[in-house]
Amino acid sequence: MSEQPRMIYLDHVSKEYDGVTVLDDINLYILKKEFVTLLGPSGCGKTTTLRIIGGFEYPSTGRVLFEGKDITGMPPYKRRVNTVFQKYALFPHLNVRDNIAFGLKLKKMSRAEINKRVDKMLDLVNMSGYGKRSVDSLSGGQQQRIAIARSLVNEPEVLLLDEPLGALDLKLRKEMQLELKSMQQQLGITFLYVTHDQEEALTMSDTIVVMNAGHILQIGTPKTIYDEPANAFVANFIGESNIIRGTMVRDELVCFSGVDFPCVDSGFGENAPVDVVVRPEDIVIVGEDIGQLTGTVKSVLFKGVHYEMMIESHDFTWKVHSTTMQPAGSRVGLSIVPFNIHIMHPMKEEAR
Amino acid sequence: MTDLQLPAWAGWAMGLGLLLFIVLVAISVRRNHGIKRSIFAAPYSLWMIIFTILPCILIAYYALTDANGRFTFDNFSSFWDSNHIMRENLRAVAGDEMAATVARGSVNVDTLVYSLWMAFLCTAVSLVLGYPAALFMADRKMKLGATLVVLFIIPMWMNFLLRTIAWMSLLEDNGLINAFLQWIGVGKAQLMYNQEAVLLGMVYNFLPFMVFPIYTSLSKMDPKLAEAAQDLGCNDFRTLYKVTMPLSLPGVISGITMVFMPSVTTFFIPRVLGGGNTRMFGDLIESTFKTAGNWNLGSALSLIMMILILISLSILRKADPNGEGGGIV
Repeated sequence: MSEQPRMIYLDHVSKEYDGVTVLDDINLYILKKEFVTLLGPSGCGKTTTLRIIGGFEYPSTGRVLFEGKDITGMPPYKRRVNTVFQKYALFPHLNVRDNIAFGLKLKKMSRAEINKRVDKMLDLVNMSGYGKRSVDSLSGGQQQRIAIARSLVNEPEVLLLDEPLGALDLKLRKEMQLELKSMQQQLGITFLYVTHDQEEALTMSDTIVVMNAGHILQIGTPKTIYDEPANAFVANFIGESNIIRGTMVRDELVCFSGVDFPCVDSGFGENAPVDVVVRPEDIVIVGEDIGQLTGTVKSVLFKGVHYEMMIESHDFTWKVHSTTMQPAGSRVGLSIVPFNIHIMHPMKEEAR
Repeated sequence: MTDLQLPAWAGWAMGLGLLLFIVLVAISVRRNHGIKRSIFAAPYSLWMIIFTILPCILIAYYALTDANGRFTFDNFSSFWDSNHIMRENLRAVAGDEMAATVARGSVNVDTLVYSLWMAFLCTAVSLVLGYPAALFMADRKMKLGATLVVLFIIPMWMNFLLRTIAWMSLLEDNGLINAFLQWIGVGKAQLMYNQEAVLLGMVYNFLPFMVFPIYTSLSKMDPKLAEAAQDLGCNDFRTLYKVTMPLSLPGVISGITMVFMPSVTTFFIPRVLGGGNTRMFGDLIESTFKTAGNWNLGSALSLIMMILILISLSILRKADPNGEGGGIV
């Protein structure tokens, strides 16, 4: 991806509302044709970031650059970006076709050309034949498609999507995720996507930006974010994880739960406090006598693909995913291979 | 604390309503094994039958009869042609030639046209003044908007007659405005007893009825829609023109209705501020009943007014089928 030029660059952007800081010194660049997701819990500043890029909010300090040019104070209608709004914001007084044609009509395009492009868009979002319908008569998923078509028809350089699938049911959401991703690849448009759904972010993105409380915590590919979370918050937010306090005895040896574990991380110093992350699927249940840790199964839940077991060792309750079930109350051994132990610098207590 | 008794008729009305209500609930429970919601409308329905529908029938009866109670269309003929009855009487005693000397034409139609014209002016001025005000009030970014809403409401707490009479003390020859004009050396001006004063009084009294429905429909509008318009390339003016205004149309329509209706029928404002120099239809109906004592013609005039209102209501209802502008239409 690094060979692509920078489309958008947020340069030390901060935003305050009535003295409350919602964005604190955000530095972020988005490459051309990249699918970037802003991921975080509600109130983390991801939507504000999107609105600053869209031009609906202006940063309190800092600059917004678009292809190297400063657009910080530029109104939305002059920016070559389009937004798909959370609740679609389709114009109720216009039918489907006129909604999609809205942006093109402002550009003084010929009627024939407008019709051609609108038809193409209706086709792209699988809504051909719906042109004459009123937007109120459409289902949520259909309205979503029209909202996407209305934005894409203007051929924006960057498409901003603000939790566009949030109102859809799970099955439809999964379908739309794949469709959006393939649309993005087909059209070669930069997508900036906002969501609080970590699975959605992992599925669709080239790059994920994890945010919390107005800060960027980590920027990376889905795989990096999942396998090497920068801190306990990211580890907790992306997927399920066991996070335990530990001590880095020396390089490639970490102590937690009173046991020394060989690991693959180094460079933390000797006897340094660390946070340790182990994903539930990376803990192997073995015989009680050969496990690195021993514990008692406290509860078992069937989750479809696997069983989720809560296993209590002497100072920590481990969440373990396994395809074989151990009955509640049984004593088991737990084992973790070095590669699956991820060491992080500890977070300050209040930031957890 | 002298006279706080309940008027006897009100007591009877409440008692009868309650009784009717209980009886109907009992019937409904026996028939449907439950209470139908329409039952709750029964006391009001009865009230409406007695005080709305019955008077309407009476008006129609008076309009279609003459002073002796005989069926006739003369009242309506008199609407089109004021001297109709006089001419017919003359024809009976002196023949067609004499009858032809009685002038044709109608004061009534002229007054109606004039009333409609004044109501139209009042509505237009209210719309032009009221829409920007509503726009300003509904703007979430304007902290002043909420204050303005209150300022609009406060005069409405005062009695309508009082408000109109208050204008007299401003506009009269020795009123505040003339005193001011004299003080700055312009000299006195004739501000009252003309068409302008009547229009001013009407706009002043009815403007809130224009502002509030528009304000309601604007503040119900999703602010994301204006943002979407901006996003798709509309500047502020185009956003207003292409999105905000069309979406506030239901409010505009009910505003127009709520200003136009009372404007056409008002008789107090032209009487007080117009001083008899401007005669509007409401005024005419009132004087036909009270001064001329002609209940039959008065009823015919009322009926014509009512039919006009019904026609305009049904046209407006088509433009706002969902009653989004507050459902007033």
